[in-house]
Amino acid sequence: MSDTTLKPSRASMSAGKRNWLVTAALFAAAVVGSLVVGEGSLVYEIFVSPFLFVVEAPDLFVQVIWEGLVAGTLYALLGLGFVLIFKASGVFNFAQGIMVVFGALSLVGFYAAGIPAILSLLLSIAMMYVLAWTVERVVLRPLVNQDPLILFMATIGLTYFLIGFGEFIFGGEPKTMITEEIGLPSGSYSFDFMGGFVSLQKLDIAAAVIAAILVGCLAVFFNKTKVGRALRAVADDHQAALSVGITLRQIWVIVWFAAGIVALTTGIMWGARSDVSFALQIVALKALPVIILGGLTSIPGAIIGGLIIGISEKLAEFYWGPLVGGSIESWVPYFIALGFLWFRPQGLFGEKIIDRI
Amino acid sequence: MRTRKLLMGLAGVAMLAGSNFVAPTPAGAQESIFIPMLTYRTGPFAGSGTPIMDGMHDYLTMLNERDGGIGGVMLEIEECETAYNAQKGVECYEGVKDRNPVVINPYSTGITLQLIPKAPVDQIPILSMGYGLSATAVGEAFPWTFNAPATYWSQMSAIIKYIDSQGEGISGQTVGFIYLDVGYGREPIPLLDQLGTDMGFEVVKIPVGVSDMQNQSSHWLQVRREQPDWMIMWGWGAMNPTAIKEAAKVNFPMDRFIGVWWSGGNVDVRPAGDGAIGYLSVNFHGTGTDFPAIQDIIKYVVEPGLSLSDPDVVGDNFYNRGVSNAVAVAEAIRTAQQVTGVSVVTGVEMREGLENFNLTAERLAEIGLEGFMNPMQITCEDHAGAHPVYIQQWDGSAWNRVSDWIEPMSDRVRPMLIAAAEEYLSDKPEWQTQECN
Repeated sequence: MSDTTLKPSRASMSAGKRNWLVTAALFAAAVVGSLVVGEGSLVYEIFVSPFLFVVEAPDLFVQVIWEGLVAGTLYALLGLGFVLIFKASGVFNFAQGIMVVFGALSLVGFYAAGIPAILSLLLSIAMMYVLAWTVERVVLRPLVNQDPLILFMATIGLTYFLIGFGEFIFGGEPKTMITEEIGLPSGSYSFDFMGGFVSLQKLDIAAAVIAAILVGCLAVFFNKTKVGRALRAVADDHQAALSVGITLRQIWVIVWFAAGIVALTTGIMWGARSDVSFALQIVALKALPVIILGGLTSIPGAIIGGLIIGISEKLAEFYWGPLVGGSIESWVPYFIALGFLWFRPQGLFGEKIIDRI
Repeated sequence: MRTRKLLMGLAGVAMLAGSNFVAPTPAGAQESIFIPMLTYRTGPFAGSGTPIMDGMHDYLTMLNERDGGIGGVMLEIEECETAYNAQKGVECYEGVKDRNPVVINPYSTGITLQLIPKAPVDQIPILSMGYGLSATAVGEAFPWTFNAPATYWSQMSAIIKYIDSQGEGISGQTVGFIYLDVGYGREPIPLLDQLGTDMGFEVVKIPVGVSDMQNQSSHWLQVRREQPDWMIMWGWGAMNPTAIKEAAKVNFPMDRFIGVWWSGGNVDVRPAGDGAIGYLSVNFHGTGTDFPAIQDIIKYVVEPGLSLSDPDVVGDNFYNRGVSNAVAVAEAIRTAQQVTGVSVVTGVEMREGLENFNLTAERLAEIGLEGFMNPMQITCEDHAGAHPVYIQQWDGSAWNRVSDWIEPMSDRVRPMLIAAAEEYLSDKPEWQTQECN
């Protein structure tokens, strides 16, 4: 058996550089071309007009970036939920979206049952633990050593179970998030900015801060603690991890619980921006381009990927959306993710796949 | 061996007997009027769907409990859950069509579009009350589909008329149109464009994809950029509360933001709290519980525990929307019984009932709904009837009527409807049309 490693060859590395050069040259040609063709032409509208508008209304540019940043933070949280579980168990967790809904519904449901807000929050966290434990016990444990595709199918089943169970317990009608009751701020800060104004919602600021704290805590937990190291060992090789005495079951519960807390946080924040309903699970689909871009196994990838997708989709919708009748936000993230894959097929922070032959 | 054959024979006879026993009742022997309800109490649009279904269910149940049905015939009400999914809607339809349903209320424009070609084949009338394909108002072209009290086009024309009546008029103004980017949301665009050209206002269209219903910040920054004088919304489900919150966020004046009658639910405005105060929405029926018929619903259905609705929701805008739909169904059944002389009516008689439908002010008073709706008439030619609508405003706790009844611009809308109907039929040579006298 040969021990040769298939490393990216010199030729393919220069192909990557060539991609950059080709893109840059095409863009430069388009800008020059549009300037030559002049105002009113499609190339001008695509390559010059939006940038002129940025200069003309810098306040709106800052506002769009801010909105993108906030959305991006929440996308990062969504992506993080997927990445955590994928790293630990190799399962693409289709149920992450419904976990967002389930977390938020639990919180609102406990509060509606007359339990004080903070206690409801604690109970919702406990609920996510119970969910993680049950999932490990009922879904994952019987499927140990099965093909990842089978585990993936099991999470689809879990999704439909949670939808039905959630509707059975909480009802299908939307609820209002108990924003103020759990101490989240309302209102906004507005300030004048270069002839216009920028308005920052206090809730959005809180969302960004809380997400940052949560991500920080998770990073410390998974990088500095024994459990975190065990998780990374499990992610690298299940068998090897088991052989050195790491309990796979315990790790799975912890990881699903962590993903549950991330889902609950996302549910609270997104629920406060809109309402708490089963429609929230559609938002979770936004995590797909995030993890395509960031790589399925990278926590920093999910964070940076979320921010890139968030900011670029808002910029695209705002500056280029009207050119094609709007509503491009639904597909632009995938387009961006594919663009990144052109340069880095393993995702922004994904592990390079090196197969032995 | 012989014993085994005997046993098998016996089993076969038993099975046949059993199947006879469970076979559906033949149409001739039917004793109740079957009204299937295509509901969506689950899925992304459950927030809007649930109160409507409850209102409809409760009014029909009240007729059963209080009057013993209609004309002495009990109503059999059965729900089929669609989750607002057109495919599931068609499955529900296929599941009930052989049981002589008197009428189908699809409660989704997407499902309605799928059922329009099926209705003439199965001879089941479709009542898409205030939604669906606008062109089906042309009765000659669509004998089996009804969309009273008004089409989306009529409604849009009434909104434009309202805007035109405010202050300086609509000419020279910019009107933003934010809509759910599906068949329903796109439905009024041809009329809006036409009116924009004719009346001299600019239209800025802002579509919201289903996946971005709860993610509208960039759409509303677009609004901030374009600075329209008015905003009109064709939203549904979770899109509505999100849009109202975002509008408040960009400081868009709420009293210049008008929602279609599907964007005026209490669940749509409550999440925005005080930010929603002043928001406008179109309506065609009353809100609240101050009507004898609604009091009867409370007495005969809600209090005995026969309703699925939260008692606090009874009288809410969308609950009463469901009641208004049930009133239309019930009165059409009554008319069908009178016109045809058949008491256990089915789809064929119901079509007659709908084409002779005439809900007068006196009749509304008689059924305990005086002032609840404008009198409504459907004819063979006009399956929608361009009925007037009004504008209501949210004050933070209830909807208040802020306009008179506004007549749609029938002179402009009707020719466009006829043209749209002709276009729909242009590639369907086998389509069954009808002559109206």
